[in-house]
Amino acid sequence: MAKSTRQAFGEALARLGQEFPEIVTLDADLSKSTKSELFAKKFPNRFYEMGIAEANMIGTAAGLSFMGKLPFLCSFGCFITGRYDTIRLSVAYAQANVRIVGTHAGVGIGDDGHSQMGLEDITLMRALPTMGVFQPMDATETEHIMDYLVKEWKGPAYLRLTRQNLPDLYPKNLPFQPTKLMQISGPAKGSPPARIAIIGTGAGTAEAVQAAEILRKRGIEIAVWNAHCLKPYDEKTTLEIGKQAQLVLTVEDHTVIGGLGSCVAEAFATQAQHAKLIRLGVQDTFGESGDPAELYDKFGISAKSIADRILREL
Amino acid sequence: MQPKELLGIADELRIWILDMLAQAKSGHPGGSLSAIDIVTALFFHEMRGIGTNQLEPVRDHFVLSKGHAVPALYAALCKKGFIPFEELKTLRQTGSRLQGHPDRVRLPIVEASTGSLGQGLSVAQGMAMALKQDGKSSRVFCLVGDGEIQEGQIWEAAMSAPKFQLSNLCVILDNNKGQIDGPVSQVMPIEPIGDKWKAFGWHVLEIDGHDMTQILKAFEEARNLEKNGSKTPVFILAHTVKGKGVSFMEGNIGWHGVAPKPEEAEKAKQEIMKNALAREGKNNG
Repeated sequence: MAKSTRQAFGEALARLGQEFPEIVTLDADLSKSTKSELFAKKFPNRFYEMGIAEANMIGTAAGLSFMGKLPFLCSFGCFITGRYDTIRLSVAYAQANVRIVGTHAGVGIGDDGHSQMGLEDITLMRALPTMGVFQPMDATETEHIMDYLVKEWKGPAYLRLTRQNLPDLYPKNLPFQPTKLMQISGPAKGSPPARIAIIGTGAGTAEAVQAAEILRKRGIEIAVWNAHCLKPYDEKTTLEIGKQAQLVLTVEDHTVIGGLGSCVAEAFATQAQHAKLIRLGVQDTFGESGDPAELYDKFGISAKSIADRILREL
Repeated sequence: MQPKELLGIADELRIWILDMLAQAKSGHPGGSLSAIDIVTALFFHEMRGIGTNQLEPVRDHFVLSKGHAVPALYAALCKKGFIPFEELKTLRQTGSRLQGHPDRVRLPIVEASTGSLGQGLSVAQGMAMALKQDGKSSRVFCLVGDGEIQEGQIWEAAMSAPKFQLSNLCVILDNNKGQIDGPVSQVMPIEPIGDKWKAFGWHVLEIDGHDMTQILKAFEEARNLEKNGSKTPVFILAHTVKGKGVSFMEGNIGWHGVAPKPEEAEKAKQEIMKNALAREGKNNG
């Protein structure tokens, strides 16, 4: 069943809040949108409405963490990472054990336009030492990441979530391997490896999977991988993918500068020889208002535009 | 501890601050010396359980939001025994725990990493919220600079702390009236300070930040307010003098971020010692 990753996050947070009394949640007047309200309704005494004042929310969360709490602080990705200096010093440098949650990732939010779209948040968060950067592709993966962020991760982390629904992609009963790339689809076992691979993240992965299906009907085999973790980034698996394939594409609803495209390029750059890399995503331009599906076409990250791009390469 | 004793400690710490800065050849004497009487009152009189486990029931907390005054904090922590005296010489040196601005990772006795102004009050607020939530009686003190309150984030916190009824939070403003580019009143006026914090819902006290009796009384009043059921955070507007205790530094904005040369530090130390001895004599006679 299709679900937005923000919804899956809100449900997971409310679930984990029961087991972990140290979890507290802060929001900056967007709890209905970030879905932190699901936690707020269940645990009103551990929810702090901070008003439209994100920097203060970030610093407050750091202080809560120093006293043993595990704060989740929520807003739109662009607003929260926009208070960069406070994250840089009060959280990252201070090694505050907080979970920064940025929803409304990318042009996929549609109508509201550029000012509400998280488009550089991964880039900003990746640049901070020790900051974990996570982005689920569907509801199940969101659950897994939330478990990991509560039960195992130590230090600051950023979680990037979608406004729009995403189809279920996570294979049933597959154990979660934190921070590792995961193959979603590809040639059947025993058949020769695909010469083309796509690595997607967040909403980009579903588009990549559909693009591969379109091309499979034309007899073109493609391996599709998902990156739920942009930092620490799984360079080892990326290099293996780059060895098997001649062409690698990355798909993300985010600027390609500093996002997944950069993660893969940085890994490839350590090798003298590697596959050709095409980084699909927002190409150093601003977002805009529109129908999400039309915007995905316009920005070249819809299944059809990915498939067309690959066909042009062949 | 008696005010006279505390002033003696403050003077000793003033000397350490000057030595540290002269040794480092950089740093901020003006704001460290304006803050040291307040810091001394906190660490040697008002705050309970400093340095014990952060999760202990009664252990008060301190956030130095004006992070550039960190030599004042290092001096107090050294006097308390948390930093070896020899280590003070390493201020700002490569590999030192004594970073140019507070770093809670390298030196965990420091409670917040600050230095980008305007952030520490939010952190202190979060600490106070956690303590309230856990039903602990610990209090949180946060020292901010007057130039620092030009930062917008300060006013976000000024707005939110009364909402959360943080009577366990006490902010002290080191109102030394100077900042790097000139007098605060010219760079960006912030008056009327007390009225602004009152309007935001704080209980405001106004004192001479170098009069130890007034400092201790203000802390006592803040403590009693909470004890008597007040639900508002307390803001102490402490009027101070930049470079206090060293006549050639006092009120001189040029000493905001310039370290004294060895001979200047020596001259300053002589003056502090002379004044300390005079005060001793006066009090004894």
